[in-house]
Order: sequence, then C-alpha cells, then structure tokens
Amino acid sequence: MLEIRNLHVTVDDKPILRGLDLEVRAGEVHAIMGPNGSGKSTLAHVLAGREGYVVTQGEIRYMGRDLLALAPEERAREGIFLAFQYPVEIPGVANIYLLKAALNAMRRHRGESELDAVDFLALVKGKLKLMDMDEALLYRAVNEGFSGGEKKRNEILQMAVLEPRLAILDETDSGLDIDALKVVANGVNAMRSPERAMILVTHYQRLLDYIRPDRVHVLALGRIALSGGPDLAQDLERRGYGWVEGWVQAEAQKRHAASAGGAG
Amino acid sequence: MRIGPEEPCVPGFVSAYPSLAVQLPGAAVPWLRRSRDEAFERFAALGLPTTRDEDWKYTSVAAIARRVFRVDGAIEVSDEVRAVVLRHAIEGTQRMVFVDGHFVPGLSQPATLQATLPEGARVGSLAQAVEARADDVEPLFAAAGDAADGFSALNAALWSDGAWIDLAAGVALEAPVHLLFVTTRSDSASFPRNLIRAGEGASATVIEHHVGPDGASYLSDTVTRIVLGRGARIAHTKLQQEGRKAFHVADVAAEQGQDSAFVSHALAFGGQLSRAAIATRLGAEGCDAKLAGLYVGSGRQHIDHHTCIDHAAPRGTSRELYKGVLDEAARAVFNGRVIVRPDAQRSDALQSNRNLLLSEDAEVDTKPQLEIWADDVKCAHGATVGQLDADQLHYLRARGIAEGDARALLIRAFAADALAGIEHGPLRARLESLLPGALPEAA
Repeated sequence: MLEIRNLHVTVDDKPILRGLDLEVRAGEVHAIMGPNGSGKSTLAHVLAGREGYVVTQGEIRYMGRDLLALAPEERAREGIFLAFQYPVEIPGVANIYLLKAALNAMRRHRGESELDAVDFLALVKGKLKLMDMDEALLYRAVNEGFSGGEKKRNEILQMAVLEPRLAILDETDSGLDIDALKVVANGVNAMRSPERAMILVTHYQRLLDYIRPDRVHVLALGRIALSGGPDLAQDLERRGYGWVEGWVQAEAQKRHAASAGGAG
Repeated sequence: MRIGPEEPCVPGFVSAYPSLAVQLPGAAVPWLRRSRDEAFERFAALGLPTTRDEDWKYTSVAAIARRVFRVDGAIEVSDEVRAVVLRHAIEGTQRMVFVDGHFVPGLSQPATLQATLPEGARVGSLAQAVEARADDVEPLFAAAGDAADGFSALNAALWSDGAWIDLAAGVALEAPVHLLFVTTRSDSASFPRNLIRAGEGASATVIEHHVGPDGASYLSDTVTRIVLGRGARIAHTKLQQEGRKAFHVADVAAEQGQDSAFVSHALAFGGQLSRAAIATRLGAEGCDAKLAGLYVGSGRQHIDHHTCIDHAAPRGTSRELYKGVLDEAARAVFNGRVIVRPDAQRSDALQSNRNLLLSEDAEVDTKPQLEIWADDVKCAHGATVGQLDADQLHYLRARGIAEGDARALLIRAFAADALAGIEHGPLRARLESLLPGALPEAA
C-alpha cells in the first residue's frame, strides 16, 4: 500500500529525514518509534502533505501512485488520514459540520452519493459511542476549548467516520491518561482490518501495550535504524534510545572510514 | 432638473439650491423650509470634508468633490427596477421601496402598509408625512441635531424622501421593516433621510438596505435618526450593497432613553468608496447598546466605519464588535470612539475590531479611541489584523476539503460572530450568502 524509498526531507533548509525506507502492506500495523528530533513527526507531516516540508530526494508511492504529486485534500480523499499530534482549534466551524463536509468530500470523490442528515447523524452517533464521547461535542466548534484528551478522541472519531485506507497516528498517546489511552486504543483496534494499514508514531512503548503492532521501526538521525517484531518496543523501553543512537553513529563512522579508506 | 453641467459638487449644489429648494417635499412648510435653508448654509460653509479633518484623515472624498451630480425629481420604474427589487427582497418583512430617493408605493409590500400595522404605529414616507402632517413630524426634526459635516448638512438640505417610523408607547412591530433604496442612474445624487422614533416600551426591527447597479457611478448621501424612549428597543441593520463604482456616505445616530436597547449592525459589501458613521448616545440610566459590523472588500474598494458610543448616564452597557475581510487592494478604516462622561459611573464598555487580510495589498487602519472621564467603569478594547491561519487551512485540507472551500469556510467562521446578533433568519441567511467564496456543500 505504501512504499517509501530513500526519502530525504528538509525543513527550513535543515535536513530532517536522510534516506528513509519503509514499506507498509494492507492489514499491517507499523509502529515508528524514536527519540525527540529523530524525524517521526516529519514523516507523518510529509505523508499528509504539509507545506514547508521539502522532499529533496526519494519517492513515496501509495496504492501504486506518486503520493508527492497529490495535494493534501486529494491524499485525504484517496484514503490517507493523519491524526494530528496537536489537533487544530477552528472557532466558528462546528465539529459536526467538519465531519460531514469531510465525509461527503470523500464520498463524492469515490462517486458515491452524499449522506443525508439522518443517515449521517446515525453513523456519527454510533462512532461517538465507540469513542465514549458526549454528543454535545459535535455541536461545539472544532477542538475549541476541548481538553487534551477530548482533542485526541475527536481525531479518532474523525478517523472512525472517514474510514481511511491508511491511518497515521502522530503521538496520539501523548498527554493521555490511562483511561483515555484505553478508549483511544479501543477505537483504533476496532478499526483494524485486512484492507486497512496503520502507522503509529510514538515516543513511548505504552501505546503498544494496547495496540499490538506487526512491525516496530526505530528512527534515529533521519533514517530507520532498526526494525523488528513487537518485542523490539520492549527492548527499547529497557535500553533507551541512546542505545540505538550510539549504534547508528558507530555504523556511520565505520561507513565513513571505509569510504575514506577506499578513496585513499 | 440638472445641476450646472460643468460645475463640480459643491459649487454645483450652491448654484442649483434655490431652484431645487422650491420643489423639495415640504417646501410650503415654513419650519421645514427654514431647516433646509439653515442646513444648506452650513453645507456651503463647511464644504466637503478633506483629509485635514481628523475624522476624514484616512478617507479622501476628493473624487466626490470633483464630480458633477444630477438630482432627479422624476423617477422611472422599469422592469429592470422591478427585478432588482425582487432580487433584494427579504422574506418575512414589510417592504418600503425608494427609487432614486423617492418612495414608490407600487413596489412596496404590502402596498397598504398602514392597514396591517398595530394601532399607534406609523410607517410611511417622510415626504408624504411632511406634506400631510407636518406638525407630527416636526419634533423628530428637532431631535435630529446639527449636521457634523458637509455630507450630513447636504442631506438635511436636500433630502427627498425616506422612512418615517413613529411608534406610540408599547407598540411592537412584529415583522421587520425593510427599507430598500435603489439607485438606477449614473451621475445621480440621492439624499434619503429616515426618522425613527420608538415611544416608551415600543420595539421594531428596521433594515436599511442600499443597492445600485455595478456599472453606474453615483452618490448616496444618507441620514438616519433614531430616538428611543424609556425601555424601547430598536434593532437597526444597515446593509450597503451599492454598485462597485458608487460613493456611499451614511450617517446613523441614535439617542437612547432610560433602559432602552439599541442594536446596530452595519454591513458593507459594495461601493467604490463608502463611509458609515454609526453613533449612539446612552443619554439616560441603564441603556444597552450593541454595535456590530462587517465589511467585506476587494478590488480597490475603500470602506470606512466611524462609530461613536457616548455613555452620558450611569449604568450603561455597550458591546461593539466590528470585523473586516479584505482581499486584493481593498482598504478599510475603522475608528471606534467610546466616551464615558463624568456622570456615567458604572458604565461597562467592550470594543473589538478584528481584520482578516487575504492579500498582501489589502490594508486596514484601525483606531480605537477611548475617552473615559468617570472612575467607576469597566472598559476594554482590542484590535487585531491577521491572515488566514495556515494550520487551520491545512487541517481542513487534510480532512479532504478543497483549498478554496477551506478558505471560504474559515472566512465564514471568522465573520460568523459579527452576524450572530441578527435575529431575522432570512436576513441572516442573505448576509451569509454574501460572504466571499463558494460555500462547501456539506451544510
């Protein structure tokens, strides 16, 4: 479903991703872990098409197409969903309006008819229950005055309504207490399906206690330094990111020495 | 009648006034003739304002001063005018239509307005009122006060017609009164004047609506005076949709009695150059004033709002919110004056002006002007100028909403609270439809 090859990304002329490779198939859940500044969120933003993230090398293919050629709204309509680390407040736009506008944009894109008010409300109410959210939140402005936990739940609510093919959850666990984390994980687990892929971007292993990934990748210095099964997350938790970073730096030095030696 | 063809505005009117004056409504009523003559002398002395006047510092009317304007005594009601009236009609209102400054009963609805009104309510043409019942109208003129500038003076001298709304104590008008002023002719000047009085506990909603063709360059010089008795409530909405080459200068002033409520909305969309002065005086204890405004400009439009809220008595509350959306090379001026006089203890005033600039060439001059002479008061003000929020725009796009729709949605969201106080649903819907950008179809 998603193939990333040799991805280099700069932000304000500063290289953040430096040769990232990743392949995600339908039905899989991948966790991307890594220390602060390793480029985890950059990867999430690049996939969603955020302005200011410049791809200088490499390619991203999604469902066989060049993802980088698509505008953010086209990616969303093609089934990519980013749950934001910091969901944006939009005063004056009702939550329910955004949900309906987003869902109908997607349905039109797929050549389906728009949902009428009754069917739409029935759909949303079912998802609200799943996310243990109060119906009143639908009629408030998008994320305005929401608590941290409510914002994160609202992201997963949107995801549940939009039913993406590829969901990217950017630090969805940060700032959540354990009860909220369980609700969010529950919502995510309910959406696991053979047709859907998910990428969980997270700093901590905690989320992975509740959502068991198929693969775990560790990002360091802008590339995937280490990949493994779900147990890798526990190793990391025990040994810390310093272990991976030290190892990556040592590898880089070895490579550098080898190429310098070859030239001489 | 046509004013001296080669003479620009001020000398043009000076030479034409003697012949115009004898044909204006109430020419045979001595006090009115005197009032017009005095106003005209004031106009001749003041001339039109210049940017040397502090109140007109950012708005040059040199383009008006250079022009030759015609004042038409006769009007023509074409099919085109009927179509314009239908297009601008607002559901659920009682409509009075004025074409080129003159009341046209045939376009108004219901045609027999007076018959549908409650007892003690007068709603009709001011020109007809001064002819038929000059003595009833005179007190309202006395309350109108002196003209502050040349435009108001010229209106006081040359007004041709307008609405006369007079409500006895306790009278409540159910349906809003929609005053639709239609200009049809290029190079014309019209001078509508509206007088509104609400007796003790009376209430009404008045929509003052100015429209004209985009291709025509003309001047609308309008004055509205509102007097509120004890406990009265007037909601006044001024909707300016003049043609894109028009000059529009408006002066709305209210005088509030004890515990009265004045709700003003000033909405500006059209015109090449428009200026609206909205003022209210909280003249007795316990008054409430709510002033909201929205100006939307593009191209090279210039839109100026000057507001004045004068707390002249204790325990008054005022809330003011003006918002602007400016694209391309549009320019706006907001000057919000709040006065709290020494006797106006325990006044509570809030003022806010927020502007959204959609282009690098758009510009706004915003100036709050607080003059507080009492010590036991709550007053706050703020002004902001900003662009569309890139994070909000991206968030919406990341949910599949096209960029243009996302921009329109954010502009609507920005403007929403300036329209929130409009109670008449069909009017609010009309205003929302005038906001820039196509609307996302989801709602």
